[in-house]
Amino acid sequence: MAARAASFRRGFAFNPSPAVSRALALALAAFAIVYPLLLDPISGLLDDSVVALAYVIMGLGLNVVVGFAGLLDLGYVAFFAIGAFSVGWFMSTFYADANIHVLVSSNVHNLPGIHLNFLLVIVIAAVLCALAGMLIGLPTLRLRGDYIAIVTLAFGEIIRVFAVNGDSVHVFGNGYPLTNGRQGITPVDQLDLPFVKPFTQLDLRPWYWLVLTLVFIVLFVVIRLRDSRLGRAWVAVREDEVAAASMGVPLVKTKLLAYTVGGAIGGVAGAFLAAYLNTVNADQFAFSFSIFVLAMIILGGLGSIWGVVLGAIVLSFINNRLIPDVLNSVPGKLGLDFNLSDLGFGIFGFLLVIVMVLRPEGLLPERRRKLELTEGVGTDDALYEVRA
Amino acid sequence: MAMLEVTDIRTFYGNIEALKGVSLTVEEGEIVTLIGSNGAGKSTTLRSISGLNSPRSGSIRFLGREVARMAPQEIVSLGVSQSPEGRHCFPRMSVRENLDLGAYLRSSDKAGIAEDMDRVFDLFPRLKERERQKAGTMSGGEQQMLAIGRALMARPRLLLLDEPSMGIAPILVDRIYETIAEINRQGMTILLVEQNANYALGVSKRAYVLETGQVALSDQSAALRENPDVQKAYLGT
Repeated sequence: MAARAASFRRGFAFNPSPAVSRALALALAAFAIVYPLLLDPISGLLDDSVVALAYVIMGLGLNVVVGFAGLLDLGYVAFFAIGAFSVGWFMSTFYADANIHVLVSSNVHNLPGIHLNFLLVIVIAAVLCALAGMLIGLPTLRLRGDYIAIVTLAFGEIIRVFAVNGDSVHVFGNGYPLTNGRQGITPVDQLDLPFVKPFTQLDLRPWYWLVLTLVFIVLFVVIRLRDSRLGRAWVAVREDEVAAASMGVPLVKTKLLAYTVGGAIGGVAGAFLAAYLNTVNADQFAFSFSIFVLAMIILGGLGSIWGVVLGAIVLSFINNRLIPDVLNSVPGKLGLDFNLSDLGFGIFGFLLVIVMVLRPEGLLPERRRKLELTEGVGTDDALYEVRA
Repeated sequence: MAMLEVTDIRTFYGNIEALKGVSLTVEEGEIVTLIGSNGAGKSTTLRSISGLNSPRSGSIRFLGREVARMAPQEIVSLGVSQSPEGRHCFPRMSVRENLDLGAYLRSSDKAGIAEDMDRVFDLFPRLKERERQKAGTMSGGEQQMLAIGRALMARPRLLLLDEPSMGIAPILVDRIYETIAEINRQGMTILLVEQNANYALGVSKRAYVLETGQVALSDQSAALRENPDVQKAYLGT
């Protein structure tokens, strides 16, 4: 078993030259662009693809925090929530007493409420989530590892509880509850972007291309960040905080920027998902979502951008298509009295265990992690706490 | 005016007072060493100077500026850099990447970084041989060389070395101490912390003996080597 596992690891080794990987990336990008033309515009597969790409953005954002900077964040759902609420607050009739319209088309001009163009809302979502990221970053600055995980987990839960009970929280006066609780804010405005027809649920292709564009932008940002001075600082902090501080890496700023960037990216994905799902509902923001995104980046390979893309697509399709659609009736056909989707999380856990046994560094590992896990290069334990 | 003047600093880990009023000075161009047993406060003194554990009271003046409340990165940018206790190389980065990070605060100065890297490779030819090797796969002695080289990459005026002989094969300790003397000859001021008093008193000009968070003795290193108490407690003769 161990020998087979080892050969599986080696057999999967994938180290293309830069030219080959560039060509591969271009080919994949081209395929991703034309792919919806091969499908029926309202097919379930296209629907699942849109959601999968939104998860890719989520994964890339969480990867900045957990993969690059090594800060285990278990409350990432908070950024989904805040990004989604940006859509709920600023792109619906929810605040019917207000009457604000900015750069929106005529079909929402006569509706009450706050209606901003989606592009503005995405920016607002990113800014709000960046601020929230900083907020969650501050109390964790002096903590490490597991303790960061606990604080961030609590943060995610706080945001969820706010979302559930926010219908009785009136910050700006009586007509302005914070959320609509479990009823959700629905519907939200149809997307209406410059130069294209308004989006509808009858043709999913524009949604797909929009989220694909967002994926490309986020990919560009995270690749540039990874290769920047800040990216090196993140890796240094992840590898050894004492050494990083001794070299003059400013710990506070470096960590806060990881939370800020990761949060902003999560906010973009959250805003998109809210618009696509056409609702902002407190039940969407469960703890399991944070774990789901974390599982994606662990499956793909912590810190590895392409690994995260792959992991997010794979898990998203397993969760949204393979289990509920393709394989759901299998237990019934075998004479068993349950649906496979009842076992969703169990299947997930099983898959993760399999991956951890056979390929602990993830599907497409980052160079450094691979070294740690297969060649036995470890980190010295820090002798003292560093002043944050 | 001394390059570094530490006056009556008190540093705590939580409620534990690790330094109970330590004072010392380092003049430009000299090697000063701190010796003492485990827990005497040697490393804490260095960590106080480099800002990793700021003192709760007292003053640290470097080149006339008060640095006791500054963050580590500000102190590094003023010209104090440290090779931390236990080396703390980035294990999954290559030798070259480690050295690059040593110059983190002047990342834009590409030419200067290349020049300094050559200088480090001259001092430690072994590192040149292992330029692309991951630091975590090297021996303790080689990692210590890397930690010193990395600290030099910050172009410090004052180099803080914490236990460069710890856990290293004796033959490599000789090499490292020769190089420390060489770095000093080239004009670097060094504050050295060492449990191995033989080596430390051999290379330094002056020394302080720390005991339970206080300076118990200070003198010329040569004189301390002749001091019977020091011989008995630290030199094992």
